[in-house]
Amino acid sequence: MKDSFKSTLASLKRGQKGVIKAVDAADPAVQRLMVLGLVSGAEVQFTGAAIGGDPLEFRLFGNGISLRRAQALHFEVVALGESG
Amino acid sequence: MGNPNSGKSTLFNRLTGLRQSTANYPGVTVEKHTGVAKLDDGFIELIDLPGTFSLSAHSLEERIAVDVVLGRIPDLKTPAGILAVVAMSNLYQGLFLVQQLCELGLPLVIALTMTDAAEAAGVRVDTDALEKRLGGARVCPVVATTGQGFGQLREALAALPNAPRPDMPAFWPELRAVSSRLAVESRGVLSPVEIERALIDGPNDPAFAERAGDRMQSLLQEARESLFNGSPPVVEEAQRRYDWVRDVLASVQTESPAYRTWSARIGGWVNRPVPGTIGLFVVMAVVFQAVFAWATPLMDGIDAATAATGAWVASQLPSGALGSLISDGVIAGVGSVIIFLPQIMILFLFIIVLEDSGYLARAAYLMDRVMRSVGLSGQSIIPMISSFACAVPGIMATRVIPNRRDRIATILAAPFMTCSARLPVYALLIAAFVPASSIGWFNLQGIVLFGLYLLGIVAGVLTALLLKQTALRGPKPAFALMLPEFRKPNLRTVAIQMLGRVRVFLRRAGTVIFSVAVVVWALAYYPRSDDVQRQFAAAQSTSRASLSGEALERERLRLANEAAAAQLEQSWLGRAGKFVEPAFTPLGWDWKISAAVIAGFPAREVVVAVLGTVYAIGDEADEASLAQRLQSASWPDGSPVFTPPMVLGLLIFYACCLQCAATLAVIRRETNSWGWPLFAWCYMTAIGYTGALLVFQLGSA
Repeated sequence: MKDSFKSTLASLKRGQKGVIKAVDAADPAVQRLMVLGLVSGAEVQFTGAAIGGDPLEFRLFGNGISLRRAQALHFEVVALGESG
Repeated sequence: MGNPNSGKSTLFNRLTGLRQSTANYPGVTVEKHTGVAKLDDGFIELIDLPGTFSLSAHSLEERIAVDVVLGRIPDLKTPAGILAVVAMSNLYQGLFLVQQLCELGLPLVIALTMTDAAEAAGVRVDTDALEKRLGGARVCPVVATTGQGFGQLREALAALPNAPRPDMPAFWPELRAVSSRLAVESRGVLSPVEIERALIDGPNDPAFAERAGDRMQSLLQEARESLFNGSPPVVEEAQRRYDWVRDVLASVQTESPAYRTWSARIGGWVNRPVPGTIGLFVVMAVVFQAVFAWATPLMDGIDAATAATGAWVASQLPSGALGSLISDGVIAGVGSVIIFLPQIMILFLFIIVLEDSGYLARAAYLMDRVMRSVGLSGQSIIPMISSFACAVPGIMATRVIPNRRDRIATILAAPFMTCSARLPVYALLIAAFVPASSIGWFNLQGIVLFGLYLLGIVAGVLTALLLKQTALRGPKPAFALMLPEFRKPNLRTVAIQMLGRVRVFLRRAGTVIFSVAVVVWALAYYPRSDDVQRQFAAAQSTSRASLSGEALERERLRLANEAAAAQLEQSWLGRAGKFVEPAFTPLGWDWKISAAVIAGFPAREVVVAVLGTVYAIGDEADEASLAQRLQSASWPDGSPVFTPPMVLGLLIFYACCLQCAATLAVIRRETNSWGWPLFAWCYMTAIGYTGALLVFQLGSA
């Protein structure tokens, strides 16, 4: 299922916003992220990555949340285009 | 109750002031903070719970919060009502928890905190509309740092016990239908809400299972299968609740996109890979500098005061067992506890400020990549850093790590970090035996000290790696961390929290260190030998006959010190030193060092004092004279005891050994087993011994 996601949280560009469309929730770590609010319909903005490109940081309803690239691949996202 | 970083503690401190107490929850190690808030007429008791995002607990701290609210803690009644704390800037996650809390059927008041900051950022919330969406629960906007809105909050709290239960539509109607049917089936033993939590979280609460009974348990299992059809229910719960939250937000909150506040700008910088990492090193350097440099004058002062008090008391009391017990046992014991207070307080101050300002979360975020390479996550970095001052608070800080395996690996790595109690011995041996020559720009003594710090870090990291490969093997730890906005820490909150943590430290470590000091005193004091006393008295009178004035006084002191050394030699401690000497001979140690090392096993900081006594220069020896004495110490055949390989071996032994009863006690409490502290002790001692053996044998060959 994961392989079918063309555009995920990990493919957003810095500053770009997107809306989560679907989640592959088999991984318990992904389930935890859903409890933290990363669910279908939530709007997120990618704000940057730590040194080495991992973990990633996103903005979710005004608050920062960080997660690893491995988990970010499980969230399908529709990008909303560039935004500052 | 509320999310982490929602301002719970600030609110709690504002409401209760200093009317607080800390105790442990029965059966678990997490501190329970209770306080009494004064209302217009009367008082109300509040419990400050650890932050959580959901009633499905994820870490040990979250588990406590959830268990208290659900009344699962034995001997602790279900609370009469809930004060839910929601940061106005984070209604999204806050309302998720609030919806869960509303369903519990307990009276509920919601404190909407940090309204000033949120309003400055352009967020507007219609509290009347919000109250309607929350089934009539009262919503009180407050600013906890200034006390704004507290009049209304106190009023709401006073009315809380009689407030109507929030009445909300079920978030998942199918689930509610099943749970209501099962509640009837249980004949009122179980409530629908309890059943909902049990259905979602699975059969993992033994107390609930017992009340439910086998028949209900199998009915619950059937319901799980038919409702969830194999897919994890937390996913469905999260999706449904957040859909509801977004719907509520759309109707009560207007937000202008003014996210670019000062704190967000700092956050942007701090999180950039390169400036962020440099910044992290600068922050850590400042903390170290503060802990070691700023605390030194205070510590020297305490040390001098303890010694002076001991000497004064000794001079006031008749010499003998009682006088020695009080001056060398009790006063020195108390002194060895409070000597750590300056460092501990400075460390706590920094950690609380960094935590409150939101920086620690960012440190964990930045270091995650590095920690992952040894099988841990960024969340292990804070306990590790704390352990450089003292492993006890460091190990207590591991509670935020959700995964038990990662938590234990971190706990076992923490005691390798060079804590402040190791420093005096490092300082003594390095000053005595490492030449102060320079290699390039660097001082050799400094390089050795740095090397010992590095040794601790490497040993700790390798330990974690090893454990994660073997006994604690498991999936790579997940990493999900909220990065709160930066905010100015509130002075009052910082002070109250610091006092609370110092109190916990004193109770945890202080009692252990104190009793150890007294026990070591007894071992070194008993049995007394009359022969030694007689010889000492005889030598005294001879010297009185031949000397006078200052020379006599010097001679008297020398003889007294020699008598003390002779007494120690035949005390239990001295005998123990001789008994184990064969085991340490391969390391190049004589019985004197062996005795000092044995005395140091319960509390490593006594080693310097014992060396002082055993080398007959008095236990208040200044380092210079002790260093001289060590340099001239020799074997019976005249060869020096302290050769470079032997000193290096001793330093390595000391760097690796777990010579601290307080740390062992904390490991036992935090892992809730005797196995892990026992393992840690044996493992670390074995590494220290092997290291010292290798260095001495190879170096001397």
